[in-house]
Amino acid sequence: MNDQFEPQIIALVCNWCTYTAADLAGTSRLSYPSNVRLVRLMCTGMIDAKYIIKAFLDGADGVVIGGCHPGDCHYINGNLKATKRIYGVGKIMEQFGFEPDRLRLKWIGASEGLEFQKNMAEFIETIKQLGPSPVKSRMIL
Amino acid sequence: MKRDQINIGVYICHCGMNISPKVDVEAVAEFAEGLAHVRIARDYKFMCSSPGQEFIIDDIRQYGLNRIVVASCSPRMHEATFRNACETAGINRHYFQMANIREQAAWVTLDTKEATAKAMDLVAAAVARVTYHRPLESREVKVNKSILVIGGGIAGMQAAISSGNAGYQVYLIEREPSIGGHMAKFDKTFPTLDCAACIMTPKMVEVGQHESIRLFTYSEVVSVEGFVGNYSVRILKKPRFIDESKCNGCGICMEKCPIKKIPSEFNENLSFRTAIYSPFPQAVPNTPVIDPDHCRILAENKPCGACEKFCEAGAIDFNQQPEHMDITVGSIIIATGFKAFDPEPLVQYGYGIYPEVYTSLEFERLNNATGPTGGSILMKGGDFPKRVAIIHCVGSRDAQYREYCSRVCCMYSMKFAHLVREKTGAEVWEFYIDVRSPGKLYEEFYNRVQKEGVHMIRGRVAEVTDILDDPENSEDKGRLTVVAENTLTRRMLRIPVDMVILSVGLEPAEGAGDVGRMIGVSSDGNGWFTELHAKLAPVSTVIKGVFLAGCCQGPKDIPDTVAQAMGASGEAVALLSKGTVMTRAEISFIDPDLCAGCQTCVEVCVYNAIDFDEGRGIATVNELLCQGCGSCAVACPSSAASIKHFTNRQVMEELEAILI
Repeated sequence: MNDQFEPQIIALVCNWCTYTAADLAGTSRLSYPSNVRLVRLMCTGMIDAKYIIKAFLDGADGVVIGGCHPGDCHYINGNLKATKRIYGVGKIMEQFGFEPDRLRLKWIGASEGLEFQKNMAEFIETIKQLGPSPVKSRMIL
Repeated sequence: MKRDQINIGVYICHCGMNISPKVDVEAVAEFAEGLAHVRIARDYKFMCSSPGQEFIIDDIRQYGLNRIVVASCSPRMHEATFRNACETAGINRHYFQMANIREQAAWVTLDTKEATAKAMDLVAAAVARVTYHRPLESREVKVNKSILVIGGGIAGMQAAISSGNAGYQVYLIEREPSIGGHMAKFDKTFPTLDCAACIMTPKMVEVGQHESIRLFTYSEVVSVEGFVGNYSVRILKKPRFIDESKCNGCGICMEKCPIKKIPSEFNENLSFRTAIYSPFPQAVPNTPVIDPDHCRILAENKPCGACEKFCEAGAIDFNQQPEHMDITVGSIIIATGFKAFDPEPLVQYGYGIYPEVYTSLEFERLNNATGPTGGSILMKGGDFPKRVAIIHCVGSRDAQYREYCSRVCCMYSMKFAHLVREKTGAEVWEFYIDVRSPGKLYEEFYNRVQKEGVHMIRGRVAEVTDILDDPENSEDKGRLTVVAENTLTRRMLRIPVDMVILSVGLEPAEGAGDVGRMIGVSSDGNGWFTELHAKLAPVSTVIKGVFLAGCCQGPKDIPDTVAQAMGASGEAVALLSKGTVMTRAEISFIDPDLCAGCQTCVEVCVYNAIDFDEGRGIATVNELLCQGCGSCAVACPSSAASIKHFTNRQVMEELEAILI
């Protein structure tokens, strides 16, 4: 059954690194499965825990967050602030019955189109293995 | 504005053949028409063209549209174009949202149906988001009409001269005691064999004497804050221990200094310098520095003072301290250059093991009239070499070290070959992977060198060894053997040579990463600074007002470096000559009615852009300092802080439209 399962994936990405990497993947015609939808934010540091929870509650099977490598943040250390926050959200999600692998944080720099392609393909595969989000099968909240 | 008054226009771009066959644009337009508040949805071949923009402008006027969505390429490409169109038609430029269906759907999705479905989702998200957009205004602020140039090599010098000639105040910062950079170390330049010093030193003098250029050598930038038009820069001036205003550059101090055996950095450690030294005779400024690690007084606190005794100008000052200087500039040009690849890890080439294996920079000095041998190409024993091997691509085009081509090595290797032939008559064997000579007169130079009798061997060298094939042969005594395969004739070669030159590749300069982080300019995986657009904005960076010149952006030869420096200068001057810049509109806003005065935002803000108003007990945003990173919005426990154009509502609506 999982062969037919096409997950819905949200990618919350920062404008400066991972969004640019996605553009580069596009310009370089590096194809990846179409399950992922990008939401552009200025920095991973502005990603509110609410956004992640909202995405899962609305039925996302996986959420990937993409930002600049540590030290490369356009806003000095927004990505480091994001790291802590997302770690915390992950812990909470786990308590509500979500597999921790459904939430992933990745550093993908502006010049890493290939990395973007690879990471998206890998993440989509991971979520396919995990199957549909528990939100879809039962009310968990 | 009430929601029932919202009229959205959606425009789906074909982008010629880029979006259209992969994404069914008509279906997407039809889909868009059914979305809430959408008044009109069209598709058109090129939305960014004048007729495309006219469509939007006319529709806004005719149908009273007050929100626009364009589904086309990346907002990094055309967001400004369409925002301007909105403004032309009389609606706020932030009543616009772009759906990136080219880079994120058409170009990366193999299946047409899937690409179309994804495009529909992205359009739905943009429509949902734009419904909640608010009109935003930005302010005009004055710019400081001066330019900071970091790095005093040929790139930085040219950028400084061009900007100075335009009449702007330039601050040129160089961390070494003299400007000149790598080019000052060269003797000849390819392909014209111009004498580097002859074309370089006049420029150095021009920089030193230019009325608009303030030169800080032996100095480093320690912090950069602010924003386009108004950068506050702190410079650390390291102590020279010599009063620049008194020193007349006579050089007697260097003659008298008793510490004479310090390897000369400028001569690639092939000769010695004194503890008080000037890196090379034509240095600008012509003021020596005292090396505090080697000077008898400064390093060991022992009596000496020879320089002080003989200095008639009384310029020696052992009590000089590091100084900090603060300047304000409107624009920054980064020109931090490169460093040569260190070939020691490639043990098969024997660098550091055999004394007659040189790096290309060492050979430049060996061949230079101001170098350790006065320009004679001599081996360590003092004899001319009879056979020289030049190995290309050392460190470059090598998956284990640097994957990229360093661009200049083929050409300078052939320059070396020509100079060795001309000066010593020695046989020259060049070992290359491919000869890369794209440039004006470059291929012609390659042909010339071949005609001069240089052996060009296509094959990567396996090893440089001191084991000889025929130890009995007296002619080969003391020689090194270069082992390689000639891949064109498929024959193994073992060539006994006297001297080996490793054509090492280029790497980003030491400390370039720190400069990048300080300013916020990102670099690629190799450490080269990333330009704003690989083709159309090669000297700009993501930071407004910060430009790149020369090798800091990637390996480059001198003509390209000079051209880029002039380009960077042109961009900086264009920015400043306008006199004003617009502040960013997408910044933090703290709702005074919701703010509880907890000051969490004040703590998380890295730009010190939030002040606490003691009187009112609330936090307020400094609009000039705020960069819009959103740290405060996330941290605020009472949801008083938000980032304009990235409000919770806008993001949540976008998410919901994608998922539900």
